[in-house]
Amino acid sequence: MTLNPQLNTDGSLRHLLTIDGLPRAILTHILDTAESFIAVSEQEVKKVPLLRGKAIFNLFFEPSTRTRTTFEIAAKRLSADVINLNISASSQSKGETLLDTVDNLAAMQADMFVVRHAQSGAAHMIARHVAPHIHVVNAGDGRHAHPTQGLLDMFTIRKYKGEFHNLRVAIVGDVLHSRVARSQIHALTTLGVPEVRVIAPQTLLPTAVEQMGVHVYHDMRQGLRDVDVVIMLRLQNERMRGARLPSAQEYFKYYGLTQDKLALARPDAIVMHPGPMNRGVEIDSAVADGKQSVILPQVTYGIAVRMAVMSILAGN
Amino acid sequence: MKIQISNGRVIDPKNGVDQYADVFIAAGKIAAIGTMPKDFHANRVIDASDCIVCPGLVDLAARLREPGFEYRATLESEMDAACAGGVTSLACPPDTDPPLDEPGLVEMLKFRAKNLNQARVYPIGALTQKLGGERLTEMAELRDAGCVGFSQADAAISDTQVLVRALEYAATFGFTVWLRPQDAYLAKGGVAHDGFVATRLGLPAIPYSAETIAVATILLLARETGARVHLCRLSSAQAIEMVRVAKADGLKVSCDVSINHLHLTEMDIGYFDPNYHLIPPLRALRDRDAIRAGLATGTIDALCSNHTPVDDDAKQMPFGEAEAGATGLELLLPLTLKWAAEQRVKLSDAIARITQYPAEILGLDAGHFAIGHVADLCIFNPETRWQVVPAALRSQGKNTPYLGYEMQGAVKYTLVEGQVVFDAAKS
Repeated sequence: MTLNPQLNTDGSLRHLLTIDGLPRAILTHILDTAESFIAVSEQEVKKVPLLRGKAIFNLFFEPSTRTRTTFEIAAKRLSADVINLNISASSQSKGETLLDTVDNLAAMQADMFVVRHAQSGAAHMIARHVAPHIHVVNAGDGRHAHPTQGLLDMFTIRKYKGEFHNLRVAIVGDVLHSRVARSQIHALTTLGVPEVRVIAPQTLLPTAVEQMGVHVYHDMRQGLRDVDVVIMLRLQNERMRGARLPSAQEYFKYYGLTQDKLALARPDAIVMHPGPMNRGVEIDSAVADGKQSVILPQVTYGIAVRMAVMSILAGN
Repeated sequence: MKIQISNGRVIDPKNGVDQYADVFIAAGKIAAIGTMPKDFHANRVIDASDCIVCPGLVDLAARLREPGFEYRATLESEMDAACAGGVTSLACPPDTDPPLDEPGLVEMLKFRAKNLNQARVYPIGALTQKLGGERLTEMAELRDAGCVGFSQADAAISDTQVLVRALEYAATFGFTVWLRPQDAYLAKGGVAHDGFVATRLGLPAIPYSAETIAVATILLLARETGARVHLCRLSSAQAIEMVRVAKADGLKVSCDVSINHLHLTEMDIGYFDPNYHLIPPLRALRDRDAIRAGLATGTIDALCSNHTPVDDDAKQMPFGEAEAGATGLELLLPLTLKWAAEQRVKLSDAIARITQYPAEILGLDAGHFAIGHVADLCIFNPETRWQVVPAALRSQGKNTPYLGYEMQGAVKYTLVEGQVVFDAAKS
């Protein structure tokens, strides 16, 4: 029906809204570019002038610390001007519509919007609406996508594992509500990981999830056997209040990552988590802080990956 | 006023007419078909060459947005849209603000509509007060005020005991109860069909069981209470199969589907296009196929527009927050023709689904033209192509999933009681 709305007619990236539908070459290009920015972060003067004079608006309709901060740092290291807006607290409560807010900010000569919103598809809608010179980066929309998180996870995996084509990756936890999981699955399958597993009780898996190219496991011990990468998902506290799960204790017993369960994975397996972690709910502290954990490097790499995304978009 | 409609192909499904003939109208009624009556001197001759002359369309669900939502649409704009779509009789659901739960509101609506001298408006009264699903409305009073049936619109009744009482009470008076089957709990929070598209897009989903469990409940209770039930806007293959079995068992039940579900599926949502946010949600390909087949075989009695004008502010939102619904009065006819052509349904049988059968569900003597019957009719050119763009629609709601589509079939004239209420050449 419609062409991929995140690509220019020449196939280059105009917006980053989702990993779904992006060609492998674009993902690899982002990862390679991020690699070159790692060095920048290690210099004494952590700045390059690539986005000097550009105005980047962080539009956060949903609270976030980590993602917003890393986007802000990334933009500043590229020498852009960064404006942070926590909209939940201002315009929306005055009844202004989302597109009115966007129009007003565009009128302030914005070059790029980094958007987080509680509704799936919000970033797509903004991208459809803005003038051709404005780029939109989805920083998380509802349950749909969190493409920069997916990319930084791929960057981390590549750092530790080198290749994708010989890996087994398990994603554990609340896939149903997780935009991170959806982006990870698309990224992993696009980059050629031959076996992606999801491990969760049926109440936390969306319908027909196998059609995304994953194998479903309900038994965590079976699912972790011989995997190279274990990705834990955050379990929102509110999931405990509904009928999806009986208790945090039971969840931890059957789906929490402990040393004992991790031992079933390959000995050199890495453990990842997009944060923020619920220690003792989805992951045991000993694992989170253990030698197989790469959770903190993920955060560091997040800056380089976001620098890569913003500089590539601005150049297209 | 005497009118002669000349050279058209006259299709009247109920009376088995499909022939080239002139239609003669006098004093608002059909005076003759074929041979000119003696002493007939036409004041106006309408040339219907290349056109089909059929009974005015009867639409089972058109929201006129009055009272309460006049900023979305007004009676004037939507009645205009009805006439432009060839619709001469329409039923409006009770989900106005306030809902149609008091005789005074119904009388006012009927009165306002009548004064416009356009299509005939048949209000469906609220089944429960404020559509709250708790206390019954004064159904007999509402009938006296002009209601032709009772419904919850899209508000489900979660308390099954209330549903039983409502059906029993309606059965007492012989009223038809119109229900859109949806389990209130299973559908809670959902905005799209529970399938792969919702999974991929991360949209909260509505499972099949939200519809089929409600259909099962309603069919069992219809049998138990003897109430006459009309099921609105079915969306799933399994629900249609349940209705087929119930009808084969002799249960008096009827059902309809919307023009949107006849042609579209979940895949059409594409990249979160809010124009595809509909109630019930667009479902899978096999469901659409079952709908198309069921309408052809007659398991599904009628096709309706489910006309729901929504203003831009409410529609230009992220998919889940955008108000559901699509404008449809002006698309009912061409989308019926499209289905008939694709499904190889005889034109006359297709037209019956938007004239004769919906009239029977409403209990109206309409949707046909016998000699001496009121002259409500629609004259359309089945070949004319036009594109769905906002400017082509008279409805105040420009929200439709068919924006940009090319339609085949355009209304040239609409007559209500022998008066021309729409003339394409003059608009």
